[in-house]
Amino acid sequence: MDLINNLALGFGVAFTLQNLMYAFIGCLLGTLIGVLPGIGPLATIAMLLPATYALPPVAALIMLAGIYYGAQYGGSTTAILVNLPGESSSVVTVIDGYQMARNGRAGPALAAAGLGSFFAGCVGTLILAAFAAPLTELAFKFGPAEYFSLMILGLIGAVVLASGSLLKAVGMIVLGLLLGMVGTDVNSGVARFSLDILELTDGIGFIVIAMGVFGYGEIISNLSKHEDDRQVFTATVSGLMPTKEDFRNMLPAVLRGTALGSLLGILPGGGAVMAAFAAYTLEKKTALRPGEVPFGKGNIRGVAAPEAANNAGAQTSFIPLLTLGIPPNAVMALMVGAMTIHNIQPGPQVMTSNPELFWGLIASMWIGNLMLVVLNLPLIGIWIKLLTVPYRWLYPSIVLFCAIGVFSTNNTTFDVWMVGLFGVIGYIFIKLGTEPAPLLLGFILGPMMEEYLRRALLLSRGDWSVFVTRPLSGSLLLAAVAMLVVVMLPSIKAKREEAFVED
Amino acid sequence: MRIKSQRDFFTGLMFLLLGVAFAWGSGNYPMGSAGRMGPGYFPLMLGIILSVLGVVITIKAMVIETLDGDPIGSFSWKPLVFIIAANLVFGIAIGGMPSIGLPPQGLIVGIFALTFVASNAGDEFNFKEVFVLAVILSVISYAAFIMLLKMQFPVWPTWFAR
Repeated sequence: MDLINNLALGFGVAFTLQNLMYAFIGCLLGTLIGVLPGIGPLATIAMLLPATYALPPVAALIMLAGIYYGAQYGGSTTAILVNLPGESSSVVTVIDGYQMARNGRAGPALAAAGLGSFFAGCVGTLILAAFAAPLTELAFKFGPAEYFSLMILGLIGAVVLASGSLLKAVGMIVLGLLLGMVGTDVNSGVARFSLDILELTDGIGFIVIAMGVFGYGEIISNLSKHEDDRQVFTATVSGLMPTKEDFRNMLPAVLRGTALGSLLGILPGGGAVMAAFAAYTLEKKTALRPGEVPFGKGNIRGVAAPEAANNAGAQTSFIPLLTLGIPPNAVMALMVGAMTIHNIQPGPQVMTSNPELFWGLIASMWIGNLMLVVLNLPLIGIWIKLLTVPYRWLYPSIVLFCAIGVFSTNNTTFDVWMVGLFGVIGYIFIKLGTEPAPLLLGFILGPMMEEYLRRALLLSRGDWSVFVTRPLSGSLLLAAVAMLVVVMLPSIKAKREEAFVED
Repeated sequence: MRIKSQRDFFTGLMFLLLGVAFAWGSGNYPMGSAGRMGPGYFPLMLGIILSVLGVVITIKAMVIETLDGDPIGSFSWKPLVFIIAANLVFGIAIGGMPSIGLPPQGLIVGIFALTFVASNAGDEFNFKEVFVLAVILSVISYAAFIMLLKMQFPVWPTWFAR
């Protein structure tokens, strides 16, 4: 009955008027920015993060969680109405969602995405609440060697499940780890790689990298493609509710999507994107009922399942973060940064030392999901209006909010120069076809990894074999190796490439 | 040897260059030993790994055939220059430029400067439209950041405020 007590505590925290308001504002702002084409959850969170600095920690995290859900939902809206995936996890939603919109069924498609996400969110929250306590117990058994191996597993998982070239992704992680080294070393007090620049002795701000690479880099790349004939289905959104037939088709798809998503979300690295892909593939393999629209032509299952899966995955990817303190993907890496700003070191100790925060956050996740449905279905008209705003008005606004956000973080102009620099770097990455998300993950994990490696080897007096001889650490590393071997197998390699091209 | 994938070739070179730079830079810090790591140990390790990855990616880019040579394509200088410049003029406006004796000009001047510079990055530039956009953004920013979030910015130029 601990679960009930804990959840009760959580809801007690989340159901204050103030926190409900922050959850609401978070969802609203997240959707508002997330709807804008070409801006994923990463850029959205990075952009809105400075707005939460002034809040108390619990409220700030609640608002951030709201922003994350809002951004994800906003991305699906864009995917369905404009045939433009706002983020990688809605890439598959585009396929059937856009076809439904073209057939005048944008309303049911949006409702299916919303309701599917809500259901998945509820299940995800429950799983998170149920698994948090036992996993935290396990985390206390972890020594530095285990943590180091777990991070290796997480990073390997992140590249294996990500799209694109494996080697390049590993390279980006290592580069991220190296960038994380910049600044004063906590053990020796030596300022590393600071190039004698005073501001760099504090390290590079993660917000600078996130906004530069994901905000500016994306904008520059978007602008270089000429304004194409984006078709927005505005007039045809009428009749939001799916029919009875739709519901009958949707329900099993949502259930399957939720199950897959919750499972894949816990795995390091993959989370939402992989979950959506897997769910869509599974639906395609399931036989069509008589009279059902085929996939790729606007089947409602092709919208409901991936949307449920990516929301469930988004939810359960909080598990490694909250229990072990290890971000499983780039979005969670940003959350770590946000928590650090509020002086919370994510990890197993949060649950015991800060139970209000921990359970309050979990409860507010559910509230956030509820708000998305309450907020988005009636407000859909406004989001559609937003989609018709021309890009030439949008991008200066985005540049402005990034610049203000970066400046307000430390009130120094140095960060403004840095974000410009990382904007250029981000554009170069895009031109080189190199996925930047692993870089951010590596950047956040860099100092942690070094610390755990140092401690593990200090305890073993420099003997590297601790990582394999300690059973827990050894099996984590073995799992990482197994993952790598599996993707390297020729047959899987071909499949993997095929799966990611399917957009 | 012909480059078979231009993108991967240059990605590899970039990794190699950065890896060597970081590894070389680590040499300035005490190395220590595995049991007692100095500040140079971990970065040196990473630098070497990154260099090796860079070499492997570069070689693969020269050996493995791709369909179209995987070209990088031309750089879009216009958006690149104007977006980054917009960012810079905003920084100068809000923080001032002590080296040339320019005092902080405040948020509103910064917003106008940023909007006008950034708007050049697109295909069309309409003075009236950009002006209206700058006014709207100023009002929103003032309401959101100064009134609601109470951030400590200089809002108006120093000569104007007093």
